Amino acid sequence: MTTTSEPTALVAAISGALAEWGEDDRALLASIVNVARSIFGAAASSIFLYDHEAGELVFEAVAGEGAEFLIGTRFPADRGIAGWVAATGEPMVVDDLASSALFARDLAESTRYVPNAIMAAPVLHRQEVLGVLQVLDPHPQSRSSIADLDLLMMFAGQAGLSLNGLTRGRTARAALHGAGAEFERLADMVRLLAEMPLERRAAGLKLVDSLQAMLIELAV
Amino acid sequence: MTTTQDTAGLTWHLLDRRPRDISIETGDSGLVTPEWAWGGATGAGVRVCIVDSGVEAGHPLVGELAGAHGVQPGQDGLTVAPVPAGDAFGHGTACASIVRRMAPECEIHSVRILGENGGGTGDALLAGLAWAVEQRFDVINLSLSTARPQFNRALRELADEAYFNRSVIVASAHNARIESFPWRFSSVISVGSHAEEDSAVVLYNPRPPVEFFARGQAVPVAALGGGTTRNTGNSFATPHVSGLSALILSKHPRLTTFELKTVLYLTAANVRRAESRGA
Repeated sequence: MTTTSEPTALVAAISGALAEWGEDDRALLASIVNVARSIFGAAASSIFLYDHEAGELVFEAVAGEGAEFLIGTRFPADRGIAGWVAATGEPMVVDDLASSALFARDLAESTRYVPNAIMAAPVLHRQEVLGVLQVLDPHPQSRSSIADLDLLMMFAGQAGLSLNGLTRGRTARAALHGAGAEFERLADMVRLLAEMPLERRAAGLKLVDSLQAMLIELAV
Repeated sequence: MTTTQDTAGLTWHLLDRRPRDISIETGDSGLVTPEWAWGGATGAGVRVCIVDSGVEAGHPLVGELAGAHGVQPGQDGLTVAPVPAGDAFGHGTACASIVRRMAPECEIHSVRILGENGGGTGDALLAGLAWAVEQRFDVINLSLSTARPQFNRALRELADEAYFNRSVIVASAHNARIESFPWRFSSVISVGSHAEEDSAVVLYNPRPPVEFFARGQAVPVAALGGGTTRNTGNSFATPHVSGLSALILSKHPRLTTFELKTVLYLTAANVRRAESRGA
């Protein structure tokens, strides 16, 4: 778990004060599921975040069926196709699901949509499984082939970058709101500077320079 | 140590190519043919272990399960103990059904390393595989791998132990172009997917480290609850080679892992004798 003492968390925290952390990443995730759904001619596409601590998968982005109500929904990661993909870091395609009564009932309960085919790929970042990209009921010509699995993995690669950005931002915010109240003050200062009119910002930065010099003396 | 760099020349599966595109000539005398290797064989007397998410008991496509074990937390780390047969993910059941189809009379055992009790870690894989090697199963189907390099050495030592004890580890190549283990080791039989709709077609890869390709696209398999699905991925190519290995070993039980791998090579659908050129 990242803590306030880690430089990356601090850098992310300060950056977060200057820009709206996560907005671009969220938009990219939404774009990925939209494009995946379109390319595969699918009924729906979604990206789950793998919450390792809770052992759950959380809907982060949804296109198509369920888009209105699924985001934020959690379900256990220790079963099902998405669970297997999260546990192993391996993609897979399962077709003809209608013949598996048990599977259909499970999905109906959790997503209110019962697909006949699922393509699922791990969302990886530096070989860590961050989540799962799933495509439900792709067009019959776009399912069950190794080439389609490869294409899905490429999308999942993009999702890995944005999901990593999103989780880093959240970790940074958690660090700020947790044990690091002092760093929240620092972030407030950066935010104030960023919002200042240009003519006053120079004076503000001079003040920061002076403060920094004093802090350096204190630190020695 | 293998790394994640420079993987451009590696082949994980046979994409956009057909068996004739990787035709190989061999100087073999022609004595080792499919008929010699497994003609009339059923897999009887061969013990196959599915190291995976467990296997659903009583599935019509799996039949009798000779044993069900699972990796569990113990006082001194992970242990393997008998568990009620079951499968939370359906993956192991799917793999078992392919082995059964290939080698109808083999004995199928299961050791669950994924699913309940926080399995799914490299530690669980290591514990489950170590147990299977210790039990000296004839064939160990491992449609899984770990990308964590800290398990590399221990897995390599296990694979070597299995190799010299005539336990054949048949391991899936990762579906993505990333390095993982143990399929990368030469002491195991590594398997990727081809796109042929024929479960009998096994191909030798002239550009290892993946040594064999088998059917991995839209494979009819057992699904949880007694049903069936069609699954795609290297996971489902691997049990084809496990099943074929069981057939060969049931007919030639004294083969070493080295000899078995050679038989698989000589009988691969894309390997032909030099004198048959132009035939």
